[in-house]
Amino acid sequence: MSHQFPSMSHRPASLRETPLSIRLGAADPNTMWLLVAAVGVFLLMGALRPDVFWTAANLGSMARQFPQVGLLALGILLAMLSGGIDLSMVGIANLSAILAALVMKRLAGPGASPGEVMLYTALGVAVALLVGALCGMVNGLVIAKVGVSPILATLGTMQLFTGIGVIITGARPVFGMPELFTNGLASSVLGVPVPALVFAAFAALMAFFLSRTALGTKLYLMGANPVAARFAGLNTTALQLWTYTLVGVLASCAGLLVLAQTNSAKADYGTSYTLQSILIAVMGGVNPYGGSGKVAGVVLALLVLQFLSSGFNILGFSSFLKDLIWGVSLLVVMALNYLSAQRKLKQKGKEQGVS
Amino acid sequence: MPETIIALKEVHKWFAGVHALRGVSLRLERGEVHSLVGENGSGKSTLIKIIAGVHAPDRGEVLINGKVYPRLTPLDAIREGVQVIYQDFSLFPNLSVAENIVLTRALAAGQRWIDRRQMREQARAAMARIGVELDLEAPVEELPVAQKQLVAICRALVDNARLIIMDEATTALTEREIRALFEVVKALKAQGIATLFVSHKLNEVLEIADNVTIVRNGTVVAAGPVAQYSRSALIRHMTGRDVDEMTYQGPQKPSGDPVLEVRGLGKAGRFFDVSFRLHAGEVLGLAGVLGAGRTDLALALFGLRPADQGEIRIDGRPVKIRSVRDAIAHRIAYVPEDRLTEGLFMSQSIGRNILVSSLDRLAGRASVVDRAQAQAIVARWIREFRIVTPSAEQPVETLSGGNQQRVVLSRWLATSPRILILNGPTVGVDVGSKSEIHETIQELARGGMAVLLISDDLREVLQNCNRILVMKDGRLVAEHQAGAVTEAELARQLSGG
Amino acid sequence: MVKRLAAKQEVVVFFTIVGLGLVIGLVNPAFFTAGHLFNLINSSVVMGIFALGVLVVLLSGGIDVSFTAIAVFAFYSTVKFLGTHNFQGSLLVPFGMATLIGLGLGLVNGFFVSRLKLMTLIATLGTASVFRGFLLTFIGSTIYTKLPSSMVAFSRAYLVEVVQGRARYGLHAGILVLAACALLTWFLLNRTMLGRGIHALGGDRVAAERAGFRIERLQYFIYAFSGAIAGIAGIVHSSMARIAMPSDLLGHELNVIAAVVLGGARITGGKGTVTGALLGTFLVTMITQSLILLGIPSYWQQAVLGALILVGTALPALQAKRKEAVGGALGGVS
Repeated sequence: MSHQFPSMSHRPASLRETPLSIRLGAADPNTMWLLVAAVGVFLLMGALRPDVFWTAANLGSMARQFPQVGLLALGILLAMLSGGIDLSMVGIANLSAILAALVMKRLAGPGASPGEVMLYTALGVAVALLVGALCGMVNGLVIAKVGVSPILATLGTMQLFTGIGVIITGARPVFGMPELFTNGLASSVLGVPVPALVFAAFAALMAFFLSRTALGTKLYLMGANPVAARFAGLNTTALQLWTYTLVGVLASCAGLLVLAQTNSAKADYGTSYTLQSILIAVMGGVNPYGGSGKVAGVVLALLVLQFLSSGFNILGFSSFLKDLIWGVSLLVVMALNYLSAQRKLKQKGKEQGVS
Repeated sequence: MPETIIALKEVHKWFAGVHALRGVSLRLERGEVHSLVGENGSGKSTLIKIIAGVHAPDRGEVLINGKVYPRLTPLDAIREGVQVIYQDFSLFPNLSVAENIVLTRALAAGQRWIDRRQMREQARAAMARIGVELDLEAPVEELPVAQKQLVAICRALVDNARLIIMDEATTALTEREIRALFEVVKALKAQGIATLFVSHKLNEVLEIADNVTIVRNGTVVAAGPVAQYSRSALIRHMTGRDVDEMTYQGPQKPSGDPVLEVRGLGKAGRFFDVSFRLHAGEVLGLAGVLGAGRTDLALALFGLRPADQGEIRIDGRPVKIRSVRDAIAHRIAYVPEDRLTEGLFMSQSIGRNILVSSLDRLAGRASVVDRAQAQAIVARWIREFRIVTPSAEQPVETLSGGNQQRVVLSRWLATSPRILILNGPTVGVDVGSKSEIHETIQELARGGMAVLLISDDLREVLQNCNRILVMKDGRLVAEHQAGAVTEAELARQLSGG
Repeated sequence: MVKRLAAKQEVVVFFTIVGLGLVIGLVNPAFFTAGHLFNLINSSVVMGIFALGVLVVLLSGGIDVSFTAIAVFAFYSTVKFLGTHNFQGSLLVPFGMATLIGLGLGLVNGFFVSRLKLMTLIATLGTASVFRGFLLTFIGSTIYTKLPSSMVAFSRAYLVEVVQGRARYGLHAGILVLAACALLTWFLLNRTMLGRGIHALGGDRVAAERAGFRIERLQYFIYAFSGAIAGIAGIVHSSMARIAMPSDLLGHELNVIAAVVLGGARITGGKGTVTGALLGTFLVTMITQSLILLGIPSYWQQAVLGALILVGTALPALQAKRKEAVGGALGGVS
């Protein structure tokens, strides 16, 4: 039992597999299953109504729809990874969109020169992002500094942000955006609609952030065990603050996409998005208790739901029925996760029990 | 003929692949005081939970009062008169003292309605049995640790009790309270009530028990009347080898100026006027019972709960430690008491667990981590500590207790600290790993590390330290040079009251 | 003793209500008229009943956001069923039916929480969506204004009536339903073993299990109770509004949870009282209903409510933080 410290004589036998397991890690069973589901639903819906589903028009309209809720789902991913949740994202999205809309409408409305339009449209976008960051920071402060639980804090700010939107607009929609903005976000680059590109860029950035940066790793660790994180010297207060700020920015981007697509901003738009984004995150394999989840899973779950939703529209399902189906899916996915975790635990017990 | 209260026959239990109990048999007669001893992780707690109906055995039989229970529930156990005083007390923090004492027995009695006056009377009677008086209406979460333990004890003293299991029930008590508890055990014995006394304080075991069962790695290695066993025989059975009561020889007179000096350090309600010096190459022991303030002192030094009085000096210069990052900047490392909740990220990979406190150092521009360097660090520590795992990507929860503790140590050694604070470094670690961790401590001290070793395992402190500080009620009450104090003396100082 | 009393949030809420009442009354004496006070109480009734169910769930350490969906499901199906059968009988029938429907849907929640151990927030978000979707898809999506005669009679049942100028104001009999539910809940929570089990579960789940409480059964009971209470609240709501709308009460659940938390219930479980929940409800109603008397336009309501929730949750959180700084545990015992 001679002690090896601090000699360096051993071969790192235990590490030989590391690169391989990192590669395999990208294709865990949940991700594989989602990939199969996405392809399956895409083919099934197409097979049911090939004349409508597989048309350029339908594919294009899907590529303009999913980024909105997709950005919100990425936000939920971040919040859940950190061990929390953000129920105020839709409120932030609407408030940012309202303020951006007011800026654009006032300053870049009819009569403004092309230069002014460009300048003030950019200003509107900047205002939206800033508002998103500020709202997120408010959430972060209330959660990290004051110590209110994320559910309650964001329930409160959801009301607050929506309420501020109502006050600003007097509960009326703001419409009439500059064409530069609406057309800009409605156009396509190399056949891919801009909203899809925006989403892809965010998803890629976030995947890189989570897997390669120190901050990303800290986020997983804090979500897995916030007490141990403090004992390990992580600044959990700052981490939470940044997480919710980032979530706010994601929400404001979603708000901008909605603004461009509907050409209007409203304080209470898209309330059902909260449930949908949580559904997507949980279906994508994100652990609601924190510490695990991947961008790839969320993106695939998003596609599955978008294909389903679009297919249901084509098949003439009502929006009520869709709510029902989303709810059932959420419950079924969570129940399956629980059951498979139970089975794994039992199997492991048996395997090693025999030996 | 004696009446058997409880009999376990060839009981097996698996947890997520760990064979925690491997055919354990145990029998307690009426009025018997039976002691169950074994190291942490030997299966004692699992055994207790099986008797209490919290866990069901995977194989084997449980008989209570002669009745076979294929699926014992906690309620069955309580109704058969089995009461447990849990190590973690298992109280309801939000409920009052009176309700904590009485609720369980009322539930077991099938009571459906709550009678507040009756509840208070019963609680008062239970407290009178061990001669304590507590505010009946105070919420338990507001009590100090020792009083919580007393509440847990009172709760177990019910009228229909036939067997009381005391799982480390004396950890937070003073000598006087321990005496009172022992008197209660004797009185219970006279009434025919059996006691299963679980403790790692062997002096207490030798004093109070009639019979003893020794478990190791989930099996019974020895059992019989306690009179047949000496202290060293108990230890030999517990550890499975002749523990060469080896005492490490550190440098006798630490040379030079202290690395860490603490002057008059205090925190309201927690610890007061603490002063000591810690030198490079020295292992300084800090002994104290649960609630004595030892962990609070460590947390203050580590910046998690800064002190509000006094001064900390490093290399003779006064420093302010307001956060863990300050502590890390001053190259202080802390291996916490509770590995599972404070030390490890159980669901995360071994690699991440090792790297967590070094991430900032490894991050370059835009916080991107240098992967090659990160992998090299992980590889180095897995190798040096011989952490047994197929891959650094495995979650830490797949490791054994000893390997887990090595992961925590690796994390901190990777930050190249000069001052290492260890709080109960070998709790729940098997014998082999324990001695390796001790050797590591000595190795580090020889390499110039200043080590503060906090432990309530007196043997561990005596074996490893050059000097030993004794903490009681938040104050340092004694200091001993290595070899100048016996374990019995130390034990008396810790809980003397 | 005084200290312990002052630390109680319901006391703080009580004095906030009194203080705020005085301020509003000074600015606008209309606040102190019997008519306005009756209005305030009448509009607290439904929310107050809901609050009792929410309280029980929060006490156990869970959260339920599906109770408004349950309420709507219960009253809409009841009204539709009784309407199509041209029911003319006693008021007890719609009440009983809605309560049973609520109880049944609550058991569905109980199944997911207790058997499948799902996170309560997400499980009830899911069931809420299912309940609403099912109702609108399979039961009906049109608005009913023709209620059973007994419910119509109940809608006009006033305990006291006053005449102010040309308007008549009354204290609605719904307050009796609230009082009965509150008494029942208080008795359940404080005088029965079941209720203490709910406290115990919220205080420490493992300890409750070891003490012999059957956690799964307890959870089934808790969610069934919350569902049944929601059913009762639903019938009272639809009677008082004299309408059955399948898309009613959406989003209202957050206000109720906020009110209960304001009243001192701890979201992590184990702490909370009936008095606190009712006071919290009254405070929220007072703020939303009386802003107009201060000259603040009604569309400020939501923002003010949001701010109120934040303040109401931040204060106890800060208090807890201060306690920890003084000496609470960080994670371990010692």
